[in-house]
Amino acid sequence: MSSVTARAPAVETPFLRLARDFARSRTALAGLAVLVLIVLAALFARWVVPQDPYDLAQLDILDGMMAPGSLGGGGWTYWLGTDDQGRDMLSAIVFGLRTSLLVGVVATLIALAVGVAVGLLAAYAGDRVDGLIMRLVDIQLSFPAILIALILLALLGKGVDKVIVALAAVQWAYYARTIRGSALVERRKEYIEAAQCLALPHRRIMMRHLLPNCLPPLIVVATVQVAHAIALEATLSFLGVGVPVTQPSLGMLIASGYQYMLSGDYWVSLFPGLALLVTIVAINLVGDRLRDVLNPRLNH
Amino acid sequence: MLVFILRRLAQSAVVVVAMSVLVFAGIFAIGNPIDVLISPEADEIERAAAIARLGLDKPMHEQFIRFVDSALGGDLGTSFVHGVPALGLVLQRFPATLELALCAMLVAVVLGIPLGLWAGLKPDSLAGRVIMTGSILGFSLPTFWVGMMLIMAFAVTLGWLPAGGRGETASLLGVQWSFLTADGLAHLILPAVNLALFKLSLVIRLARAGTREVALQDYVKFARAKGLAPARIVGVHILKNIMIPVVTVLGLELGSVIAFSVVTESVFAWPGMGKLLIDSILQLDRPVVIAYLLVTVLLFVVINLIVDLVYSVLDPRIRLGGGRA
Repeated sequence: MSSVTARAPAVETPFLRLARDFARSRTALAGLAVLVLIVLAALFARWVVPQDPYDLAQLDILDGMMAPGSLGGGGWTYWLGTDDQGRDMLSAIVFGLRTSLLVGVVATLIALAVGVAVGLLAAYAGDRVDGLIMRLVDIQLSFPAILIALILLALLGKGVDKVIVALAAVQWAYYARTIRGSALVERRKEYIEAAQCLALPHRRIMMRHLLPNCLPPLIVVATVQVAHAIALEATLSFLGVGVPVTQPSLGMLIASGYQYMLSGDYWVSLFPGLALLVTIVAINLVGDRLRDVLNPRLNH
Repeated sequence: MLVFILRRLAQSAVVVVAMSVLVFAGIFAIGNPIDVLISPEADEIERAAAIARLGLDKPMHEQFIRFVDSALGGDLGTSFVHGVPALGLVLQRFPATLELALCAMLVAVVLGIPLGLWAGLKPDSLAGRVIMTGSILGFSLPTFWVGMMLIMAFAVTLGWLPAGGRGETASLLGVQWSFLTADGLAHLILPAVNLALFKLSLVIRLARAGTREVALQDYVKFARAKGLAPARIVGVHILKNIMIPVVTVLGLELGSVIAFSVVTESVFAWPGMGKLLIDSILQLDRPVVIAYLLVTVLLFVVINLIVDLVYSVLDPRIRLGGGRA
């Protein structure tokens, strides 16, 4: 056994090859590093920032609307300033990132699960099922995402869970279409035929044979869609139909700083916006690189 | 062809009906508009009178039947807040949105095609790379935040342009337009640029991809060999050929620009349909929300129908494909 493991590094696993290909782009690596930092900061928000921005006992109203870099009553410096209630903007942004990332990732995962199930079924069943499902997908995709999300939120009302439902409902069609495309190609290949000849159950063929071979394009679409979901959530919250005031996301922070911006107190809106921007760009950089790495046509 | 058109029309009708049922059923569940619309000091009799006047005391299916009945007659109910017919209110705001959307399209084309051409002709130059990075940013940046930054820079800090509103308007064909007055035009610039940003990035990418492809074609090489001036090659041989995909995509995107104007109108307090929608959602003004959604859905269905029909005339293969388009 030990001799086998010793020789193992010579064999290159697909994952290692992908990682090496990925690392060849410095921009993508930088994007990944920033993204990891952002996710870690959001996960461990309570230990990263000086203040729990939604614990009223920790807020000092006397520190309200201080400019970036001011020294606060608590003895630490407000590097990004404070809002009207004396809330440290840096803390508020890290906590806002939590909500934004949570909404974006959970919505994408739900949409992914629904889209994959529906798309695989369409490709595998073919004929009428396929026609019906894809007609539905086409109709949905002919309406812009923001319009559908607005309709749904007008119907459902505010709330983190409702935003997640709305975003998932907007996104599933992209995955359904993506996976159906690749599944239709894979379906005609011999290994699927072989599996069918073995009389394996349909579910097993779909999940164990078809799905793994359709993953690469799906991963790319999912990465980019997380960024879209985060941006869309921010937009909806800015419009006042997204997350509630008690659990503000970055979009909500930007919206609540809007009124102060016109009087020149830029920081309440500007910094959450920059955080949003950096997050989205980092995800897109990683997604772009993944697309290049996972595209077999570009592989040498 | 006739079968295709009929089938496509039927499909559109199904979409409209399905959407109206969905919208009505959902709007019903938003919350209780009585609490918002009737002053808390009103006594029981006033409340009952107001509820009866708005038809809120009827069971849901009766309200729906009433709604469908009057909707077919072009009456989508009376706005709870404004007290005027909801459909009229939405249509009255439509020109402002249309003006904004068309100006945004214009900005996207006028700026996007030259920039895309440049980036396509000199993909490795500094300018080319700056343009492409800019277009990636244009895709990544949330529209509302860019709008706020534009206000911050050009209205608050520099003071060159107004921060919001429609400015002075002038009448043409019985409708008020902003672009006819200098003041209105000044108010139009920032929102139009803001709304254009996403489509601008799209046009740049399309024009760049098209240019890179067309520039390698034999007829371009031949034109060059013939000794034509570079300006003529770019302006005639390349430009004409990259316009086809650009125009196609822009036709399809008009609807999405109108939908996205919800965001820009909210940021710039532009009194269009989108701002009306957001205000109405926040005030639980159900009839106006329904009217907006139905008008927009109808608009989309019509745009998609026209695009499909035009395509099927241009490209018979789509018709043979069973009308999945």
